[in-house]
Amino acid sequence: MIEFINVSKEYKNGVKALSNISLSINKGEFVFLVGPSGAGKSTLIKLLLKEENPTSGSIYLNGMDITSVRNRKIPYIRRNIGVVFQDFRLLPNKTVYENIAFAMEIIGAPPKEIRRNVPMVLSMVDLSSKAHCYPDELSGGEHQRVAISRAIVNNPPVLIADEPTGNLDPDTAWEIMKVLRDINRRGTTILMATHAKDIVDVMKRRVIAIESGQIVRDEEKGVYENEISYI
Amino acid sequence: MKMRFRIFKNIMKQGFQGMWRNRGMGMASVGSIAAVLIILGIVLIMVLSINNLVTETTSKFDELQIFLEDDLTVEQLDKIENSVKNTEGVISVVYLSKDQALEDFKKDWEENASLLEGLDPNPLQNSYIVQLKDIEYADNVVDKSSNLDGVDEVKYYKDIIDKMLVVANYVRGGGLIIIAILILVSIFIISNTIKITVTARKREVNIMKYVGATNGYIRGPFIIEGVLFGLIGAILSILIVNYGYKYFFNHISNELYVLFTVYLVPPNALIKDLSIIFVSIGMGIGALGSMVSLKRFLNV
Repeated sequence: MIEFINVSKEYKNGVKALSNISLSINKGEFVFLVGPSGAGKSTLIKLLLKEENPTSGSIYLNGMDITSVRNRKIPYIRRNIGVVFQDFRLLPNKTVYENIAFAMEIIGAPPKEIRRNVPMVLSMVDLSSKAHCYPDELSGGEHQRVAISRAIVNNPPVLIADEPTGNLDPDTAWEIMKVLRDINRRGTTILMATHAKDIVDVMKRRVIAIESGQIVRDEEKGVYENEISYI
Repeated sequence: MKMRFRIFKNIMKQGFQGMWRNRGMGMASVGSIAAVLIILGIVLIMVLSINNLVTETTSKFDELQIFLEDDLTVEQLDKIENSVKNTEGVISVVYLSKDQALEDFKKDWEENASLLEGLDPNPLQNSYIVQLKDIEYADNVVDKSSNLDGVDEVKYYKDIIDKMLVVANYVRGGGLIIIAILILVSIFIISNTIKITVTARKREVNIMKYVGATNGYIRGPFIIEGVLFGLIGAILSILIVNYGYKYFFNHISNELYVLFTVYLVPPNALIKDLSIIFVSIGMGIGALGSMVSLKRFLNV
């Protein structure tokens, strides 16, 4: 589903964000991306979203080579990837329903499909009752659930979550994790960058740890820190 | 196809919404575009009127005069006359003796004719008056005839016409420069207006990008907004120029000199072309202004 082959990224100002990264994520996996700030997690996500191009190496998404694509094609690649951010990024002047419908309108989905899919994803994240609320009437966890609904409403095969629980209290963070786990069970591949040690440790999913631009650990059913490597 | 139409509808809707939300700053854009177009209209009317004047005048001055040296033989005269007659563009050649020319002068001067009495010997020259098909042929005839034996000088009215053409060119050139500057200024103003819309909707644009909106979808509404401002500016200036010029035209033909308006372009002949030019330039400025402000913004 996602494949990085010997990918390096050096920014124009000389910062080497990633060096010679190779990884492969299969369809339906739930992968945590961990590591200290500045280790290269964000760069890795930016490469997947085609915000940045790699300096060397190749990247495949869904069997498609996305290493270097024309700017014109980038939107169509992004339609394969749902994104959730730490700061939710909802439109304040639109209701919950409209925020989600917005993602479908952009790609020209038929109104009938919009009317069917939006309530469906809202019920998946348990927010059907808040469909006509504005974002400022919602709690932080509800914000993030709306953002997740928007990310998955177009049924992308991959969902990228960049510290989705970063702004939430532990209980709410767990709510969000439950939602993400449900989405993953439906077959969506999830890549989640996070600092939340307890979540990673409890979930027991694949963990890819990055430090100074290199993969230092990649294990199935891993934990946030591998004690052995520090002893 | 249906999908494309829906997307198009969305873009249009957002464009109109953007225009309405931004109407305050939009006034500045509309105003600057209207100003540009009004000045363009004035320059255009001036240029057209001067062109009119030039063509009218040239058709009146399509003759030239060949002055001859004194004391030519009949053979020499015949030779000159034949050679001029056979030059391209010449309709007729009429001989005007210097005595006849003096008589004509006396007639023209009427009561002052006595001043011409006692001019002896007659200071005028014998000449041929050459009627041309068109002023265009003048240069050719002048070239050929001025080198003939016995020809002293060839005079014609091209000087006046050339001077008029020079003035017309200055008006045209000056007008173009002014218009170019004003178009740049209004593109700048439009691009600033659109930049404000874009900044206000930065969040939305950012989200649109991540959800996979094409650049066209993101740009569309802003460009439509710019084009709408341009269109409003164009309509405004069409109204002002049309009614303004009609008023001016009628004023001149009533109060001043009817003959003068002969050289002015009639307002009704102007309105259609003017509208087409104004609408296309106005909308062009609007679209260009938006694109300029979006160019940097969309590089993700």
